Amino acid sequence: MNPDASTLALASIEFDLGAIEEGQSVTILWRGLPVFVRHRTQAEIDEAKAVPMSDLKDPATDESRTKEGHEQWLIMIANCTHLGCIPVGESGEFDGWACPCHGSQFDTAGRIRKGPAPTNLVVPPYEFISDTLVQIG
Amino acid sequence: MSEHSTYTPGSGIEKWLDERLPIIRFSKEHLMDFPTPKNLNYWWTFGAILVMCLGIQIVTGVILAMHYTPNIGMAFDSVEHIRRDVNGGRMIQSFHAVGASMFFAAVYIHIFRGMYFGSYKAPREILWILGVLIFLLMMATAFMGYVLPWGQMSGWAATVITNIFAAIPIVGTPLLELLRGGFSVGNPTLNRFFSLHYLLPFVIAAVVALHIWALHVPGNNNPIGVDVKDTKRDTLPFHPYYTMKDAFGMVLFLIPFAWFAFFAPDILGHPDNYIQFNSQVTPAHIVPEWYFLPFYAILRAIDFNLLFIDSKLLGVIFFGGSILILFFLPWLDTSKVRSGNFRPMFKWFYWLFVVNFVALTYLGAQPAEGIYVILSKICTAYYFIHFIVILPVLGRIETPRPLPTSISESVLGKAH
Repeated sequence: MNPDASTLALASIEFDLGAIEEGQSVTILWRGLPVFVRHRTQAEIDEAKAVPMSDLKDPATDESRTKEGHEQWLIMIANCTHLGCIPVGESGEFDGWACPCHGSQFDTAGRIRKGPAPTNLVVPPYEFISDTLVQIG
Repeated sequence: MSEHSTYTPGSGIEKWLDERLPIIRFSKEHLMDFPTPKNLNYWWTFGAILVMCLGIQIVTGVILAMHYTPNIGMAFDSVEHIRRDVNGGRMIQSFHAVGASMFFAAVYIHIFRGMYFGSYKAPREILWILGVLIFLLMMATAFMGYVLPWGQMSGWAATVITNIFAAIPIVGTPLLELLRGGFSVGNPTLNRFFSLHYLLPFVIAAVVALHIWALHVPGNNNPIGVDVKDTKRDTLPFHPYYTMKDAFGMVLFLIPFAWFAFFAPDILGHPDNYIQFNSQVTPAHIVPEWYFLPFYAILRAIDFNLLFIDSKLLGVIFFGGSILILFFLPWLDTSKVRSGNFRPMFKWFYWLFVVNFVALTYLGAQPAEGIYVILSKICTAYYFIHFIVILPVLGRIETPRPLPTSISESVLGKAH
C-alpha cells in the first residue's frame, strides 16, 4: 500500500519565478502537495526580521527560511504543520497566513506564532538554478 | 441459556436438521424465548434500532456501490449521477447519508443509556468493550464514507484525519504515506477508502454478533440494575413482548429519519461538499460532521506544548484518549450499584457530563478563537476529570439509596 512508482516519479520539479510581481503569491503543486511561492515586499521582510527569537514557538531566523541573495522569495509547503489544511494568505494577526481549520497563525516568514501547529511551515529542499528559475525537490 | 428452550422439533425434517445444525433451536432460544427483564424501558429499544440502522446502511450502500466510481476524476460526478439519473437514486443516496447521522444519534443514546444504568459493570465488561469497539469501527467507516463523494469537505477531512497519524513519533510519516498511498490525498487514497468503506460494515456486523453473544450470557441489564432472581417472575420471553416493543421503537425512530431523508437530505451536511475537492484551497469554515464535533473540539483545544510533547501530538493523545478511556470505564466506576436511579450523587454528575458533552459538540462547531478556545479547554478538562477523578471517588463516598429486592417487586410493588 506504499506510494507506487508513478507517484514517486513526480519527486522533483522546476519553476520559473519571473512572472510573479512583488506582493503576489502563487500556489504550485509538488508531489501533489501545494507549495506557496511568495514574492515578499520589503515591509514584510523587515517585519519578519524584527521579530525577537524569544517570541517564537519554533525559533528560526528569517535568513534561515530563504536563500541568500533571494530573500524576497519565500517558498514553503502550503500545508499547515498541524493537520494539513491550507492557510489563507495575508491574514491573521501577524500579516502572514491563518489556517481556517484549527486557528494556527503564521508570520511573514511562515513561522508559527499562535495556535495548535507545532512547527513553522515547512521549507522544501530547493535551489536557485538561475535568478528566476528554481528547482524544488 | 438453553435451559429456557421449549423447542421440540415438529416434523421429521426439523428433527433431522436439529441433529445436524440446530439453527431453528438456536433462533428460538435467542430470538424468541430469550428471558428478558420485564421492566425494560424505551431506552432499551435502541439496540434493535441500531441493528436496523446497520441493515439500512449495508443495503443502501451495496446499491450505491453499483453506481459509484472511485476515481478522483469521476467520483464527484458519479454521486451527482446517482442523485439525478439513477432510478430511485435520490432516495437511496439520501437514506445512506442521513442514515449515517441517524446511526450515530442512536449509538450516542445507546451509549449514554449504558452509562446511566451502569450497563458496563460486572459481569458485562466484555459486552461494553465490544460496544466501544463497534463505536470506533463506526467512526472509521463513517469517516471513509464521507470522503467518497470527493467534495471539498471530503478531501479536507481526509487530509486532516490522515495527518492525525503523522503526529505519532518515528512511524508517523511512513504511516501517513501508507494510509494515503502518496505524499498527499489523491486517487490511491480514494480507492483504498472505498475498499475499506465496503469492508468495515461487515466487520461491524461480526462484532455486533459478538456483542449480542456477550449480552446473551448474563442477559440484559435493566433500569433498576438488580439481577434477575426468578426467571418466571422477573422476565418475559423476548418474543412477542420485546419484538413488538422494539418494532414500535423502530417505527418512531423512522419518523425523523424519513423526515430528514425526504424533506431535508442536505441539512446535516455542508454546502462546501458540493464543490469538487481542490487540494490547493481549504474552505474557510471547515468542521466535521456533527457526530464528530465533541472529539474534534478536544483535538483543537490542545494548542500548547507539555514538557517534550508538542501541541500536535498532545492534541492527538487527548483525542484518542477521549475514546480509549471508555474501554476502562468498567474499572473506573467503583460503585457496586449499577443504576443511576439509586445513586443520588452520581445522577447529578451524570447529567453534568451530558451537558459538558453537548457543550463540546457546540464548541467543536465554533471557530477556534476568543472565548471558544478557553471554554473548549475547560470542557475537555472536565471530560477527563469525570472519568479519572469523579467516578472513582463517587463510588467510595456516595451512599446509594436502598435497592428493590427484585425486578418483579419494582414493577408490581411489594407482595402483601
